[in-house]
Amino acid sequence: MSWPGGSPSSGSGAGSGQRATVGAAAIEVSGLTKEFGRRTAVEDVSFSVARGEVFGFLGPNGAGKTTTVRILGTLIAPTAGSAVVAGIPLIRANEAEIRRRISIMPEAPGLYRRLTVTENLEFFARLYGLPDRQARMKEALDVVGLGDRAQDICGSLSKGLRQRVALARTLLNDPEVMFLDEPTSGLDPVAAHEVHGLINTLRQRGVTVFITTHRLDEAERLCDRVAILNTRLRTIGRPDELRHTLFSRSIAVTTAAPLGDPARVFTGLPAVQGWRADELSAGSTAGYVLTVSDPVRAAPEVTRALVAAGADVLSITEARHSLEDVYLELVEDQEGRSR
Amino acid sequence: MSTSKARIGAVVRKEFTEFRRSRFILATMAVFPVLFLISPTATILATKASVSGTKLDNHIGLSLMILLLIPVFLPSTIAAYSVIGERDQGTLEPMLTTPIRREELLIGKAVANLVPAVGLAYLVFGIFLAVVAIGADPVVASAVWHAPQLIAEVFYVPLLAAWSIWVGLAISTKAGDNRVAQQLSTLASLPPFALIALMSFQVITPTLTIALSLAGALLVIDGAAYLLVSKLFDRERLITGTGANRVT
Ligand SMILES: Nc1ncnc2c1ncn2[C@@H]1O[C@H](COP(=O)(O)OP(=O)(O)OP(=O)(O)O)[C@@H](O)[C@H]1O
Ligand SMILES: [Mg+2]
Repeated sequence: MSWPGGSPSSGSGAGSGQRATVGAAAIEVSGLTKEFGRRTAVEDVSFSVARGEVFGFLGPNGAGKTTTVRILGTLIAPTAGSAVVAGIPLIRANEAEIRRRISIMPEAPGLYRRLTVTENLEFFARLYGLPDRQARMKEALDVVGLGDRAQDICGSLSKGLRQRVALARTLLNDPEVMFLDEPTSGLDPVAAHEVHGLINTLRQRGVTVFITTHRLDEAERLCDRVAILNTRLRTIGRPDELRHTLFSRSIAVTTAAPLGDPARVFTGLPAVQGWRADELSAGSTAGYVLTVSDPVRAAPEVTRALVAAGADVLSITEARHSLEDVYLELVEDQEGRSR
Repeated sequence: MSTSKARIGAVVRKEFTEFRRSRFILATMAVFPVLFLISPTATILATKASVSGTKLDNHIGLSLMILLLIPVFLPSTIAAYSVIGERDQGTLEPMLTTPIRREELLIGKAVANLVPAVGLAYLVFGIFLAVVAIGADPVVASAVWHAPQLIAEVFYVPLLAAWSIWVGLAISTKAGDNRVAQQLSTLASLPPFALIALMSFQVITPTLTIALSLAGALLVIDGAAYLLVSKLFDRERLITGTGANRVT
């Protein structure tokens, strides 16, 4: 193991060196369902993650993100459905083999508070049966920038530093697939930025990263693809793709002053299917968002109608949306259902 | 995949380091033996040579029995503490994502508990015998040193400790609260101890055959307890159940 950007080690250590069959997806999930008593935490979720992909799992509190990670990490059994993790079918007999090839950073760092940073890592290095423990530990600590805190007792570290120790721990076994459950929650912007850098390094090394987060900017910046979950899978795709498919067919209009009767202006135009006022427009200007069948045909039509109504048009653009819009749109119509 | 000595060793090492840094464990290990040493030693030192044979036997029986409370109480307390400790720190979840098998974890924890408990129990036995040899009336001392149950009880120390550990582990994997776990464990440690108490007082005559059969029975019970505990050790329940893991 060599960080950052080094080549995968050819070491003889458990799980290292031997990548599973090329071509197979890193993670493949089909019809995954988990019930806790009468509560359904995850329902009929299917998706697949390619090798080397950074995959974002987005969803509100209680959406089932952690539950999914625990199922894929062999910690809990699904109620129904099947999965392949690191190219290996997720069945009881394969659990140990899967665990060698993956690592999980849980929501809570889970460190032994009375042990030092090194002692914590050493315990895990031994459990993985790593041959070159000292070197691995040192590298992992350097990657997360904790080289100088190696002898500190974990109980004395700040939340962010503990998070980094947990991250170092997930690097020890040189995993093929890494599950990071909200890796940047509670980190300051600088530390979060460093974690993002680390994930990018992992991507360059071909590690598959499955990351859960509430942070849309994080998902948008880091992930090749994102899935939006709220008990059920709501959508899945590249961040730009999601924005496009859900919102491309709308245009934003800004006028110098609010229209006297916007309904009269917009309704009745053949290309316009619906409209709403944009509350975010600044100063005395007014904004409107129109749902249209075809922006190219609608824009001139809308312009003419606005001019005819005596409005001063400041701009007409195809509306741009953030992943947040997608997220809110998808999650809101489900709110309350899953919790 | 077979059970790995290296992983068991890793658990033992980790447990020892945690014990060394835990005030609760250190205090328990220091206070228990002293507590259980005082009364037997005092009883024997105060016993006059002129006392009747039955009374002498009773004093010796009582003293040796109290010494056996160390392997009964000490390990269950610590075993309960160590499983609940994992749960409170949220360390079970990351540990169980490694290739460790539950047998390895359980055996590792058991060994880590057994070694100090048995070591302390023998140490206390040694101190007791030494003090008796030096300080007690020579007739009384000789009676203690030649008590028929003495050798048998040396065997019972690890067997009782093992039982107590399995009970402690079993209960703490189920119970949500540390205190409850420790109290239940202590109670559940008592039954095999009761048998030995009967023998200490020579209600059951401690012939070699009986002593050995009892040791054999304890061994079987310990084995069964281990199997039961590894059955009870349900990864899913430990992770999603009560404790600090339910963060959300
Ligand atoms: N052990 C359990 N017993 C009962 N219900 C559970 C259990 N674990 C999770 N749940 C429920 O399942 C649902 C999904 O929980 P999960 O922890 O997976 O959500 P999450 O997406 O990780 O949320 P968060 O963003 O808050 O971490 C929630 O309604 C939760 O209360
Ligand atoms: Mg969660």
